[in-house]
Amino acid sequence: MSIAVDIHNATKSFGDKQVLKGIDLAVEEGTVTVILGPSGSGKSTLLRAINHLEKLDEGYVAVGGELVGVRVHRDRLKELSEKVIRGQRARIGFVFQSFNLFPHLTILENVIEAPLSIGLGSKADIRQRGRELLAQVGLADKESAYPRQLSGGQQQRVAIARALALDPELILFDEPTSALDPELVGEVLHVIRTLAGGGRTLIVVTHEMGFAREVADRVVFIDDGLIVEQGTPDDVLANPKHQRTQDFLSKVL
Amino acid sequence: MTATIDGASSVETDAQAQRVSARRTPPPPLPDGVDLRHLASRSVIPLRHPWQWVATALILVLVLNFGQTLFTNPAWEWAKVGKWFFSPAILTGLQLTLLATAISAVVSFLGGIVVALARISRNPVLSAVSWLYIWIFRSVPLILVLIFLYNLGNLYPSIGIGIPFGPQFEVKTVTVLSDLTLGVIGLSLAEIAYSAEIVRAGILSVDQGQHEAAKALGIPRRRQFTRIVLPQALRSIVPAYVNQIVGLLKSSSLLFYVSLLDLFGVVQNLGSTYPTDIIPLLVVATIWYLILTSIVGVVQFYVERHYARGAVRMLPPTPFQRLRAGARALAGGVR
Repeated sequence: MSIAVDIHNATKSFGDKQVLKGIDLAVEEGTVTVILGPSGSGKSTLLRAINHLEKLDEGYVAVGGELVGVRVHRDRLKELSEKVIRGQRARIGFVFQSFNLFPHLTILENVIEAPLSIGLGSKADIRQRGRELLAQVGLADKESAYPRQLSGGQQQRVAIARALALDPELILFDEPTSALDPELVGEVLHVIRTLAGGGRTLIVVTHEMGFAREVADRVVFIDDGLIVEQGTPDDVLANPKHQRTQDFLSKVL
Repeated sequence: MTATIDGASSVETDAQAQRVSARRTPPPPLPDGVDLRHLASRSVIPLRHPWQWVATALILVLVLNFGQTLFTNPAWEWAKVGKWFFSPAILTGLQLTLLATAISAVVSFLGGIVVALARISRNPVLSAVSWLYIWIFRSVPLILVLIFLYNLGNLYPSIGIGIPFGPQFEVKTVTVLSDLTLGVIGLSLAEIAYSAEIVRAGILSVDQGQHEAAKALGIPRRRQFTRIVLPQALRSIVPAYVNQIVGLLKSSSLLFYVSLLDLFGVVQNLGSTYPTDIIPLLVVATIWYLILTSIVGVVQFYVERHYARGAVRMLPPTPFQRLRAGARALAGGVR
């Protein structure tokens, strides 16, 4: 199997607080990786660095063998132009904790906005594909509703359909169920589960241990800007070797 | 309050309870021998507000008194109001007011977007220049700007642009800029400064997550602004900007001071020619300004409604929809 995401020495500070302290991580193609860690451990920042929503101070991220957001300039890495980065982001889906749907656009308009703006085929084709995606997340009947008319779980499913619209090879989920009422978590996790094993690479930051155990191929535990432990769910969740992992798991399980 | 366990804290709690009870009006005690269960099955009498009715009556009396004078006081001279209302002179002035306001409103809206974007841009020079612009034109009274522009010919007899120390292209100031152009430029210069701040506030009111989502989807930058950010910003921009247009409608009366005859200017002129008609002429101007503002208000309602799509679960009905629903309910009631 080849490497879908290769992160090397990811380092990032906000002011004088160092959030990422040189993270190395390799994610294999077509797998599901769950990132765990206490709040403030840097897991969201790491995820956002993968599609360059967050710029790294040092280190790099490569997706599909291509550096994201930077290029080699003599013996340094130099930031790319926004236009090039935009093209790279289109290959990487991102699902936010707070959905961030466009409230003034209908559900279908939300889903087809990115393919339309990039000019990915005829308008009729894009709409057709948008409808198919909405059906895939179980919202075929809601296409002309506005986001605020939907429940949180439905909104997050739309956000997933929107992320799928550009047919990305990699999808990043930033705590996709943390803003949801407990009874709505299941429907969103169900949609994410259907994506696993479909050839796409998924990286999920979450606190849902059941989901991690059941769906993840690998679990990565991050604390204080560094990877403490990683391995299969059995290794990390059932037999954690490090004290910090054990402490964290004893709190959330 | 009575059942405290800890002795020390009970002293404190009692003091607190006393303070609270000193402030509150106690409810009336239950009358003896009342069967509360029996009362529970009856509807509750809502609280009456008798003083509201007194205030309403008082205001109605005052309003009707004034209304009566409109008809009984001959000094209003309604016949003359009718005569002047559609007179060609007044209509020409009205036309100029509308033209100057409309052009300035459009120019200052587009200009406001540009200046606002410059103000929030990461380029420090752009940001500083637009800050300076806003600072100057919000500080200087509009009338001063207008008179300055009117005397531009004295300040810069010719205007042009050229490469420093290279070839220059120049034209005479007086020949290119008519009075109306100068007036509109003056109004727009001031309006842009205000509308830039309105637009900036609108853009800042859009959630950061919206920018991020647009970015993460790889939507081109210009489209991020026109399709995602601006439509959401307009929801808060529109009410403030319409307020601005209403102000502009009336500020345009300052054009009189640079020898342009807008609605107010025409009334001023006619007033000095026909001194006995001053009151009716002022009434004519007042009514026209009321009409113009009302039209702006109606347009505002529908524009606001358009940009509220998705922001509320259900759009409020338009006045027409309300009328129709009312009529239907009435018809249903009659049947």
